[in-house]
Amino acid sequence: MKEIALHIQDIAENSIRAGATQLRIHIVEDTERDVLSVHIADNGCGMDEMMLKKALDPFFTTKNVRRVGMGLSLFRQAALRADGSFSIESAPGKGTSLTAEFRHSHFDRQPLGDMAGAIVVLLMSDPELDIDYRHRIDEDEFVFDTKVIRSTLEDVTISEPAVLQFIRELISDRQNLE
Amino acid sequence: MGKKMTIAELRKIREQAKKTINLRDAKGKAKITVHMGTCGIASGAREVMDALLKAIDENGIKDVLVTTSGCAGLCSHEPMATVEFQNSPPVKYVDLDAEKIVEVLLKHAVKGSIVKEYALAIGSEKMN
Repeated sequence: MKEIALHIQDIAENSIRAGATQLRIHIVEDTERDVLSVHIADNGCGMDEMMLKKALDPFFTTKNVRRVGMGLSLFRQAALRADGSFSIESAPGKGTSLTAEFRHSHFDRQPLGDMAGAIVVLLMSDPELDIDYRHRIDEDEFVFDTKVIRSTLEDVTISEPAVLQFIRELISDRQNLE
Repeated sequence: MGKKMTIAELRKIREQAKKTINLRDAKGKAKITVHMGTCGIASGAREVMDALLKAIDENGIKDVLVTTSGCAGLCSHEPMATVEFQNSPPVKYVDLDAEKIVEVLLKHAVKGSIVKEYALAIGSEKMN
């Protein structure tokens, strides 16, 4: 993957498939500590201990269209490659959460990339999904919450092209909605 | 930074959308599904999606629905997309890029003629 945003999009697709209705994506760039951390949490069906162990194995997948499952292991590998860490927690019925940390200044750390594009695609995948997205760069925090958008939209769906375009600009420009 | 994004702006979009939704339901034509599994994403499905949405916007196309799906098991042929019309079999397109998807949009989804060059297979194997 060229960008961290693509990993996030990929991992979040797992959440959707796990039946999640709520998704939290919190990114923190702390230049003083030299850390970029990505925290993703969902309220999907979760995994038992055995499945959680297998989840990082690229030759394990829950799908039956192919025999490999690279998403999580690629993300973990990307974090470790950039002198970072990776942890994942899950329990049946409790959802799954994971944190990937990268050394911010590491040569091999991928750029964060197009988070606006990632979130727009996730909303196209599942227009009912609630996303709580935060991206903090040192003291500067950007917050995007689909709940605010939905309460304004009334019966228009969030996957309307014009709405998605609005969301894309909002996130690309890091504008907190007023 | 572009224009200021406000709730008021979003309300305007909502009112506009309410008007066009009815128009679209009346026609309800093609559906394009861009495959967004790990394999798709890694091989450029997002560029394909971005190009598709941009072309739909630029050409003012109102009756094409865009959605996403996971991996279809043909990872080596990603990025892939499927074009469907009601009451006719879906067509899968393989090894796409930003230019090819726009061609598929304009020729197949809008005008109804299959772009044979990029279609997965018509009657014979294409995979190794």
